[in-house]
Amino acid sequence: MSESFRIADTKDSRVSGRPLRFVFDGIAYQGREGDTLASALLANGVHLMGRSYKYHRPRGVLSAGAEEPNALVAVTRGPGRMTPNLRATQVELFDGLTASSQNNWPSLAFDAGAINDLAGKFFSAGFYYKTFMGPKVAGNWLWTKVFEPIVRQAAGLGARTTEPDPDRYAQFYTHCDVLICGGGAAGIAAALAAGKSGKDVIFCDEQAEFGGSLLHEGTASIDGKPARDWLADALAELRTFSNVRLMPRTQAFGYYAQNFVALSERVADHLAEAPNGARERLWQVRAKEVVIATGAIERPLVFPGNDRPGVMLAEAARIYLNRYGVKVGSRVVIVTAHDSAYRVALDLAAAGVVVAAIADTRANPPVARLIEAKAAGLRVIPSATVTDTKGRLRVSGIGIAAVSGVVVDAPEWVACDAVLMSGGWTPSVHLYSQSRGKVVWHEDRQMFLPGASVQAERSAGACKGSFALVDILIEGYRAGEEASGASGLRAFAVSGDAGIEGGTMGRLPLLPGSKGKAFVDFQNDVKADDIELAVQEGMRSIEHVKRYTTTGMATDQGKTSNLNALAIAAGKLGKSIPQVGLTTFRQPYTPVTFGAFAGANRGDLFDPVRQTPIHSWAEENGAAFEDVGIWKRAWYFPRQGEDMHAAVKRECQQARASAGIFDASTLGKIEVVGPDAAAFMEKLYTNPWAKLEPGRCRYGLMLNEAGFVIDDGVIARMGDDRFHVTTTTGGAPRVLHHMEDYLQTEFPDLKVWLTSTTEQWAVIAVQGPKARDIIAPLVTGIDLSKDAMPHMSIREGKVCGVPARVMRVSFTGELGYEINVPADYGRSVWEAVWAEGRKYNAVAYGTEAMHVMRAEKGYIIVGQETDGTVTPDDLGLNWAVGKAKKDFVGKRSLIRPDMVVEGRKQLVGLLTDNPATVLEEGAQITAASAAPTRTSALGHVTSSYESPALGRSIALALVADGRKRMGETLYVPMPGGAIAVKVVGPVFVDPKGDRVNE
Amino acid sequence: MLLIRCPYCEMERPELEFRYGGEAHVARPLDPMATSDDEWADYLYFRSNPRGLHAERWRHINGCGRFFNAIRDTVSDKIVVTYKAGEARPATTGEIA
Amino acid sequence: MKFSALSVFLQGLKGNRDWPAQWRTPEPKAAYDAIIVGAGGHGLATAYYMAKEHGMRNIAVLEKGWLGGGNTGRNTTIVRSNYLWEESEGIYEHAMKLWEGLSHELNYNVMYSPRGVMMLAHNIHDVQVFKRHVHANRLAGIDNEWLTAEQAKEFCPLLNIERNIRHPVIGASLQRRGGTARHDAVAWGYARGADRLGVDIIQNCEVTGIRRDASGAVSGVETAKGFIATKRVGVVAAGNTSVIMGMAGVRMPLESYPLQALVSEPVKPMMSCVVMSNTVHAYMSQSDKGELVIGAGTDAYTSYSQTGGLHIATHTLDAICELFPAVRRLRMLRNWGGIVDVTPDRSPIIGKPPVPGLFVNCGWGTGGFKATPGSGHVFADLVARGEPNAIAAPFTIDRFRTGRLIDEAAAAAVAH
Repeated sequence: MSESFRIADTKDSRVSGRPLRFVFDGIAYQGREGDTLASALLANGVHLMGRSYKYHRPRGVLSAGAEEPNALVAVTRGPGRMTPNLRATQVELFDGLTASSQNNWPSLAFDAGAINDLAGKFFSAGFYYKTFMGPKVAGNWLWTKVFEPIVRQAAGLGARTTEPDPDRYAQFYTHCDVLICGGGAAGIAAALAAGKSGKDVIFCDEQAEFGGSLLHEGTASIDGKPARDWLADALAELRTFSNVRLMPRTQAFGYYAQNFVALSERVADHLAEAPNGARERLWQVRAKEVVIATGAIERPLVFPGNDRPGVMLAEAARIYLNRYGVKVGSRVVIVTAHDSAYRVALDLAAAGVVVAAIADTRANPPVARLIEAKAAGLRVIPSATVTDTKGRLRVSGIGIAAVSGVVVDAPEWVACDAVLMSGGWTPSVHLYSQSRGKVVWHEDRQMFLPGASVQAERSAGACKGSFALVDILIEGYRAGEEASGASGLRAFAVSGDAGIEGGTMGRLPLLPGSKGKAFVDFQNDVKADDIELAVQEGMRSIEHVKRYTTTGMATDQGKTSNLNALAIAAGKLGKSIPQVGLTTFRQPYTPVTFGAFAGANRGDLFDPVRQTPIHSWAEENGAAFEDVGIWKRAWYFPRQGEDMHAAVKRECQQARASAGIFDASTLGKIEVVGPDAAAFMEKLYTNPWAKLEPGRCRYGLMLNEAGFVIDDGVIARMGDDRFHVTTTTGGAPRVLHHMEDYLQTEFPDLKVWLTSTTEQWAVIAVQGPKARDIIAPLVTGIDLSKDAMPHMSIREGKVCGVPARVMRVSFTGELGYEINVPADYGRSVWEAVWAEGRKYNAVAYGTEAMHVMRAEKGYIIVGQETDGTVTPDDLGLNWAVGKAKKDFVGKRSLIRPDMVVEGRKQLVGLLTDNPATVLEEGAQITAASAAPTRTSALGHVTSSYESPALGRSIALALVADGRKRMGETLYVPMPGGAIAVKVVGPVFVDPKGDRVNE
Repeated sequence: MLLIRCPYCEMERPELEFRYGGEAHVARPLDPMATSDDEWADYLYFRSNPRGLHAERWRHINGCGRFFNAIRDTVSDKIVVTYKAGEARPATTGEIA
Repeated sequence: MKFSALSVFLQGLKGNRDWPAQWRTPEPKAAYDAIIVGAGGHGLATAYYMAKEHGMRNIAVLEKGWLGGGNTGRNTTIVRSNYLWEESEGIYEHAMKLWEGLSHELNYNVMYSPRGVMMLAHNIHDVQVFKRHVHANRLAGIDNEWLTAEQAKEFCPLLNIERNIRHPVIGASLQRRGGTARHDAVAWGYARGADRLGVDIIQNCEVTGIRRDASGAVSGVETAKGFIATKRVGVVAAGNTSVIMGMAGVRMPLESYPLQALVSEPVKPMMSCVVMSNTVHAYMSQSDKGELVIGAGTDAYTSYSQTGGLHIATHTLDAICELFPAVRRLRMLRNWGGIVDVTPDRSPIIGKPPVPGLFVNCGWGTGGFKATPGSGHVFADLVARGEPNAIAAPFTIDRFRTGRLIDEAAAAAVAH
């Protein structure tokens, strides 16, 4: 019995397309091209599509759109392509679609979790805050080990995803003159107007087809044409405008500052074959003007049993009928507070569905409605309420009672297989509200509507509270003209439009002692009672009610429930609705895939990698790399059979015995140039610079204004007006920004120009007693002799015929040079140096050996010996601070009371009593060997290595009053016991500095 | 994402091209060593942090590289005006949008 | 009425008709012994402990909106105490101890869930920093342990520890007692507790001025509901602290930044711990309801807008999808922002500004929720006694004058 609820031959049915096969919960069905999963299931008579969150009550589809709370499904498209929590009302059918229901076990029809429903009275709002604590003696054990795991397993709607998603996502930034959000009647009219203006227009709608309610409008006509023909013509006209971008399946989900609107476009999920391109696209649109035409959402009525499968929104039934050719039942009852449901009744009756009754909650429905109903032979029950419904997996009957005054009469039970309800319409003010506009409550209309515009936007149509089709079209057109700066109003002739009056909020009158559950938030299982209980318990603001009951916090974000919840809370409080407040409309309007936000920022593109010109050589020579900032640096060069330890030891030993060659290209480099360059350097570094001669280098120390060390590096004076500044690898951009800040904003009178040259120079360090011998054959134009080019000097000349800056500096304590050559020559010069080096059995070494050798020599690394709290004096670097200088950045802070106080942590060396013991970096240091816990540490180990030069372990540490403790024994408490260490000076190798001056 | 007008480039560019630089018109004392600890702390750390119009520094770091100032409403994030570094703070109404 | 399984059962049988209001809705009195400005978790906890431990019953908490509606209700609910410096360890561990008994203390299930907080190390510098924390914490008697990448994966199977990814996980530190708690319940539990001790919690009562007498001392506050006399005002206003303190003519070393968070749609349990990564700027846990709760870094500029830019949330999701590739197909359900007040050293201020009778507790930045019980407890002591106790003493405003900063941001010192 396939598609037995499909009206195949109705002229209004738009689904006459190709049959499609699909599977829901393991059962094969047939649907049609153009169906949603919901319409296809309904065509097969299936209403039961899900189970509720808390009580596991059987639930059918409530709506036909994005507001759907109940019919949530998982769609599986192969490995890694399972998507949970999709709304069946938005899942477009394709051949072979496989979907399953959620939150039930063992099956949708028989769900063991439904036992919660029976115990529902104990699961009132916020019950979990009042219990599950267990006896005090048990501490948190009962909650942590027993209750929480149960709660967690029971909660959570969709299945978890377990595999990486193989799909791709794209991101686009774009601009337009006019962005129109929402493709219903108002949006179409706006697009026609804006399109004619010639302005650049983006027109988006969340659905596959543009048209909104016009897609299922069977009665009205516009400009003498049936509405759907008018729609077709309008869309055809829009497609002729080259300046209008039509974007179906595209949800405007977030409205940010300065007319920045985010859109999510579904590209592939409706296709049977996943394409090669992106599954979804994230659009970020900067629009000069925005038209919000997002329509309105029908409100459910709140009555006992309003959640049984088969109970749904009235207009949804009309959508399924007129747009999808699907009857939602054979015998329906309409319950309404609003005129619009009469259209539903008439259309259904015309399609052969038995409309058993129209229960109108209003005492006096408009006469025009009554005449229409009578003409169609439909029974109208005014002053009606619903006492309860019947049926387990599908509604089978409804109790309708008349209300006189506050008295609810005995119900009349009417058999039915669907109940269609309408509480009226809630304008979708979400985007307006996100634009930071303040919604205004209209007491006469019982609606929140947009107030003044804060950004360049305007609302039009039902989202602004206009419900007559003619008003919607006129308003939309006007909005399109305003947004595009055009004028010339257009008239629309509309006939056959239905009534627009009515509406209610909150729950319908109850029979005394009624026990049925009347739901407000279907997905989160929040009942009217829960909201009243929350108020009773002191939750007087809607934000409290929302959080206490979880109403409006489900995946539909309260699209159908917020106003009813608000009205019930206000009623209980005896306050007006605006006094209770409106919850904020947080983005996104509908959920947006994480992957779409990430876009192409995945894998290697997640974060750029910086590589030096010599990187490829290191790779070819088997280097292991480490991440330093975003750089990849050669860490060590293991030979066959070597582990890291062996490789580093060999590299260190060989460098000190002969020479080592090191890629220092990542060092930050800044060219400081100008007549006031020296004066500027005086301000930015602690050291004196005025008297540094061209051709000489100096170790520079940089502080922040708070007096703490933030960077260091060797700085060479190239001329009176030029410095070659080096910085730490990670610090280069920060230092340049810091320099620019002071230059531009504090010392703008100084004539200085700063240029980052980090990537202009490749830097090859050659360190070791044979360094001079190695580079000498390659260098021209520079006298490398000891006297002509002493330690801490720089010369310009050529290396391998390439213009070069050669610095005689050392970060190892050995005779050393750093050859700077233009980056493009980096690798070839490196290879030439390497070839020379091999004659002396030199090694290539990486950052680990560099770290070891500099620690042996007691050189600090900013970021390792320092952590943003360390002063020059703490590091024993007072010699680098110009005492006679009147000012430099950070100087004033150095004399604050706590910067000169006794007991500051100072850099020292540590030698373990057992030379084989290598301390752990970060380990704490105490005075007592058996340090009890909660004892104050004297400091911590900043660097620790096995020193190949000393043949034992060494460490650097920051220790309170460390320089006064020379020779003292301190302790490093470890889990296995304290390690005794002796405090020594921080320089372990060649303290006199003979070797660097070789 | 804010849209910020660089007064040097004379163009509106997206926030990603800029770096925020904290409150504007917090001038470094001309002679820091002559300040008291309190005065120095005030310069270093104490900020007006207003709810409303805020004069603040931005740098067009991924553009011209220049520092400039902006007056922004910290409630709506709307930038009222931008102006070059060194220029006086323009008169603005105290209203919060 | 005492909350218990029995009361839930009995009330359930009676149709839940008799549950009383959890707190009253009083009108302000003309005068109070002390007034707390701000009914967030910290302010309510302050009032609760002032009443309970210092016997101050004639006090009020003033709130411009609804209680718990600021950062208390907007954060990602992470609780941990494995901070670096002794001063920080002191206050956060004090809070942790209170967390452990809080549900019983308040007779309100705040759902403190010590599911473990794991911080990922992605490079050698991270390893050095985290190990330093582990050692410092062990000495202070605070649990914090080092895990290899494989152990981290075992603790959180969702985590991607492949070596060839852009920022591979090379280890992690783990505080097992760290975890999460239910943020709203914390505010409500303290509100209910304080109310039962006689504290007036007055919502929708914005403070518009602080009145001082001729001597300069506090004499009361101007509010939306009129003038209220008091000689002691404790300001616990988070992102709005600068504005309130400005009413007393006090400038603060604070800047207020938007901090964003977001949640996914609810799914069945995927992860049972909290994972944080400073290197890629993201953290994530899964709520008991099933939503993945994800935190971002602060926005770049100061603001009171409670929104923030989309690019911040986007960048966070980039990182989350790299760390947890299986979540890429899940969807963002809600994204929101709070306003956090940040000090220059990223540590709070619990102190006495130079106005007699005025006290301030602020500057918790991005990490205030975890401190809630401890912060309230020590601030209650300060407001009640007029002097800070040993735990609060280091967090003076004066440290910005003397230079004795408590720089937790230093722990994240950028790599060399």
